Amino acid sequence: MAGGPARQYNNRLIRWVEYRLPIFSAVEATIGRDMPTPKNLNYWWSLGSVLFLALVIQIATGIFLAMHYIPSGALAFDSVEQIMRNVNGGWLLRYVHSNGASLFFAAVYLHIFRGMYYGSYKAPRELLWLIGMTIFVLMTATAFMGYVLPWGQMSFWAATVITNLFSAIPLIGDGLTTWLWGGFAVDSPTLQRFYSLHYLLPFVIFGVSLMHVWALHVHGSSNPVGISARSKQDTIPYHPYYTSKYLSVVGISFIILAFLVFYEPNFLAHPDQFKPADPLQTPANIVPEWYFLPFYAILRSVPDKLGGVVLFGGSIAILFLVPWLDTSRVRSARFRPTYRYFFWIFVLNSILLGWVGSQPAEGAALLIGRLATVYYFAHFLIILPFVGWFERPRLLPESICKPVLKSGMPAAEAAE
Amino acid sequence: MNKLKNILSAAAVSLVLSAGVSGVAHASGSGTEPPKHEWSFYGLFGTFDRAALQRGYRVYKDVCAACHGMKYIAFRNLVDIGFTEAEAKALAEEFEVAGDPDEYGDPTTRSARLSDSFPAPFANPQAARAANGGALPPDLSLISKARDYGPDYVRGLMIGYKDAPADVDMAPGMNYNEYFAGHQIAMAEPLVDDLVEFGDGTEATVEQMAEDVATFLHWAAYPELERRHSLGFQVMIFLILLTGLFLIVKQRVWRKLDH
Repeated sequence: MAGGPARQYNNRLIRWVEYRLPIFSAVEATIGRDMPTPKNLNYWWSLGSVLFLALVIQIATGIFLAMHYIPSGALAFDSVEQIMRNVNGGWLLRYVHSNGASLFFAAVYLHIFRGMYYGSYKAPRELLWLIGMTIFVLMTATAFMGYVLPWGQMSFWAATVITNLFSAIPLIGDGLTTWLWGGFAVDSPTLQRFYSLHYLLPFVIFGVSLMHVWALHVHGSSNPVGISARSKQDTIPYHPYYTSKYLSVVGISFIILAFLVFYEPNFLAHPDQFKPADPLQTPANIVPEWYFLPFYAILRSVPDKLGGVVLFGGSIAILFLVPWLDTSRVRSARFRPTYRYFFWIFVLNSILLGWVGSQPAEGAALLIGRLATVYYFAHFLIILPFVGWFERPRLLPESICKPVLKSGMPAAEAAE
Repeated sequence: MNKLKNILSAAAVSLVLSAGVSGVAHASGSGTEPPKHEWSFYGLFGTFDRAALQRGYRVYKDVCAACHGMKYIAFRNLVDIGFTEAEAKALAEEFEVAGDPDEYGDPTTRSARLSDSFPAPFANPQAARAANGGALPPDLSLISKARDYGPDYVRGLMIGYKDAPADVDMAPGMNYNEYFAGHQIAMAEPLVDDLVEFGDGTEATVEQMAEDVATFLHWAAYPELERRHSLGFQVMIFLILLTGLFLIVKQRVWRKLDH
């Protein structure tokens, strides 16, 4: 990590520290000195920073919530109500935390879609994509376990449904499930270990995100045109150009979050979450949080339990393979006339899967869910490789700065 | 301008992506949709009507409390709905709760204090079921959050009792209610005109009592609502101004680059 050219710092304190622990030059060597960044990044490139901030918000609110929460089957629900009613500012902490999770996922999905549209995962950024996907998987595990903690009806039954999936594994399934539960059903021991892991994983995510940022700064950001920066004219310093752009997006994200927190704090919550967990009463329609609905639809589209689990796991695992499934050498969909349409169909298909996930698995919804599931996998296994082979991409510009200079404004607008 | 359009469209897409999916997830209640009511506590500046809250407490105390507890509400919370501390104390004393054991270790009772939660009407769920034909009356502290349509549902349930249509086969002991999932509810029609006497002289029609008790129960589920709305307004103004400044800064910084 260390290395890079020795550098004289003006500040005496920094010089003093640097002489004993070369931490400043190490950071500079990692993220680069002025962080030269392609000059044509549009607003979709600000989401990474929003995500980092969302993680910080979740950790900060979570630490305070943990001071009042009691992870026990008998007391969890009461302790959450205690936070909502009797802890100073408790309702604010909790609403920010629960809606912050939604902001986090909304931003991460947009971030992933952005990567798919602009081909950000292509060489030399495959590892960057893999690290990002690892963060996504860690996020889903963290969010799922966090959803269990309030110990409402949906908490309990979500935990039951999801942990039961492991019992579909041949031979070891039942034993594994009992081991995960810490008993013979979802109960206090399950809740306690989920609490422990829910506290641990965000810090793991934090560490992996640092790797994500590190890997990002080796080759720098990709950009909407998808060709690499060739000259100094193609780049601008990250600060103040992108910090100002990114702060605007942060402001807008905060407005959306604040609106939910203060005016519709339970818009994204399910009413059954406000009934205490009852192992003897199954809710009429068990649904996860909105951000898991597409994957939940895939899980339920197969009548066989093991088959459902395999597709469910596969639907996430396949995202890891995208850099190798996409055979096109052109990064940006802006120059890929065919892929461009398939990308938007994929987005719509994902939303459709989300709708299916919210419906009872029967009748038309089930049929639509099955077709959408087939399409989901077809997108990755058939469309991505074949479109890459047969598509005739449009002519790429010579450099990033060329389309920028031609019209006098950034390519983001020029190409639209 | 173009950039602003870009930001707005990005924000819109984000909203549609998240809200669209979840909005559909919401409308999955299995009962019949209750009529929509204009509540004073809805909207960006919504507040509770103190008189309605106090009347609603009266309905809860005289009618609902016979079968339903509210364990997350304490008598001291009644000060928040406009009772004076002395009044709240007097209201608490109308209830008997378990006291400390006496010097021989025998259980005692005492009248409730401000620090006590509303007492549960039954010693345990079994006793509650035995007294209610097998049905368990739920705790009402969170009822407005725990049902689709919230306060509209509570109000609807109170006014939704009808004679069962001829083609509906009613189970024994059940009552027909338009807005209850499956229409068959164990709770008998709780409200009839003039069942309670309101201190402020308001006529106690079923409609009036239903509206008041739904208001009271919504407050019980969202005691922070008024503070949330007023703080939210300040936060929104602050964030909108701040974001405006960020956008201006961004325009200025980038203008230097373009020329």
